Amino acid sequence: MSSNILPPTFADIISTVEFNHTGELLATGDKGGRVVIFQQEIENKNLPQFRSEYNVYSTFQSHEPEFDYLKSLEIEEKINKIRWLPQKNAAQFLLSTNDKTIKLWKISERDKRPEGYNLKEEDGRYKDPNTITSLRVPVLIPMDLMVEASPRRVFANAHTYHINSISVNSDDETYLSADDLRINLWHLEITDRSFNIVDIKPANMEELTEVITAAEFHPHQCNTFVYSSSKGTLRLCDMRASALCDKHSKLFEEPEDPSNRSFFSEIISSISDVKFSHNGRYMMTRDYLSVKIWDLNMENRPVETYQVHEYLRSKLCSLYENDCIFDKFECCWNGNDSVVMTGSYNNFFRMFDRGQRRDVTLEASRENSKPMQVLKPRKVCAGGKRKKDEISVDSLDFNKKILHTAWHPQDNIIAVATTNNLYIFQDKVN
Amino acid sequence: MEVNVEARRILAVSISKLYASRTQRGGLRLHRSLLLSMVMRSARDIYHSSRETEGQTSEEPMETSSKEGCDSEITEDKENMSPTKQSRKRRGKASAAPDFLPSKRARLEPGEERYAAPMGSWRFDPPPTHIAHQGADLHQRSRDRGITGTMVQALRSI
Repeated sequence: MSSNILPPTFADIISTVEFNHTGELLATGDKGGRVVIFQQEIENKNLPQFRSEYNVYSTFQSHEPEFDYLKSLEIEEKINKIRWLPQKNAAQFLLSTNDKTIKLWKISERDKRPEGYNLKEEDGRYKDPNTITSLRVPVLIPMDLMVEASPRRVFANAHTYHINSISVNSDDETYLSADDLRINLWHLEITDRSFNIVDIKPANMEELTEVITAAEFHPHQCNTFVYSSSKGTLRLCDMRASALCDKHSKLFEEPEDPSNRSFFSEIISSISDVKFSHNGRYMMTRDYLSVKIWDLNMENRPVETYQVHEYLRSKLCSLYENDCIFDKFECCWNGNDSVVMTGSYNNFFRMFDRGQRRDVTLEASRENSKPMQVLKPRKVCAGGKRKKDEISVDSLDFNKKILHTAWHPQDNIIAVATTNNLYIFQDKVN
Repeated sequence: MEVNVEARRILAVSISKLYASRTQRGGLRLHRSLLLSMVMRSARDIYHSSRETEGQTSEEPMETSSKEGCDSEITEDKENMSPTKQSRKRRGKASAAPDFLPSKRARLEPGEERYAAPMGSWRFDPPPTHIAHQGADLHQRSRDRGITGTMVQALRSI
């Protein structure tokens, strides 16, 4: 894969990365509440030696820090998730959310401006009416492209707990938002109310045993959504069955391997991300050590399991002490669902080719990523004699983690976020 | 025995993480707190079951019988075996934090012999029945609830 790295124009930690439906736009959110959108340069796309370049298209402050006076709690401005709406007209729309509030942003281009007003000068001052002797129609003349982002809707005050997911429905009218204990269904046009469709809060909080960790709508069936739990289970729900979907239609769960039991079994089985495949037949989950592919028609075990960094299983105690065991890794499918990708430590990310049963570890770092340079596969030495070019587990840098990755919906272009840098890689073209 | 030591260490690390998370920006994270409580429960269960195993091989001082608890063969955890220690437990509703917590005030009770724990060791006072929580009323909790029940009560205030 060849790469081009974008200059670090933002210092803050990237917290989410998302391509839009055509892949032309790539949005990132960061801990400072900002959204930065990159646009693919498409002028030479049809040339055989085309190399994608993504340039900054728009930057705006989506969320600001807030204070909940009732609970004396600060509400972080960090953007947890961004989801694009399918494009319907010239403007682009996206949803961005922090812990408590979801916002719908309209991103529109302005490349013309009107000139030749009758009553105003060019600088906006009003003319003296006595000097006006003729009537003319203002004309639109080209100007430098200006991209404007404006908040169109604010969906607030519906979540007691921290929002972890948003997902736009295939009906293009509704979307869901999920926090630790509840999932709400919204209409994109209506901000003052939402429907609660899942509520797993126990009557007595002392009986709490699991929380919701991620939720997503099915890509084609507008009545179906899935949510994952901290216990490693997936629940598929059908909104036609009842208004409150506390009872699942299907429960996907794999029995725990008793030989792997440890103090930290619960933590590492907690699902950090769930994604439907593009064709809607599979779901992918990410827990701390593995990626699992589930067939919607088989509930008792995943159809495929890929170990991301099994060598960390013997290090769980240290990872607990340095908090890394709580890291929430995301995962993504490629356009035709043949390859899945997820991040790891030391700025490594992993790809698993489902058809060819191959996997590769790559690294996103400045030293290894000169433009047009092909990425070299990396290998971690789990134990025993370390070969040349291998890295031992003990020399991995656990501060360099790749939590957020995204794959272009059609092409082999990926976006990989390290702590505060964004890397874009594409398939080598000969 | 190693498992026992490991369990105590994990319990101590967990509790300090729990306390640290209270001051985190954005408030207590329910998911993280739940996972911490599960680790603490596992560690506590393992610690208790290993203590019971030890107790079966020696006179168990936690029994309410009045016989002398100290087996001369057991030299470690001497303080936990001492009958005077038993009488210090469950002193009504006094806000007594478990000993492995960073204590906020001096706890030297008059009239009792007490020696300073060596650096690096944790005095584990089973069962840990309550943790002081912002001046809220403390209840005597059943042995099964222990840390987890109290921690979730702290979560309930979210």
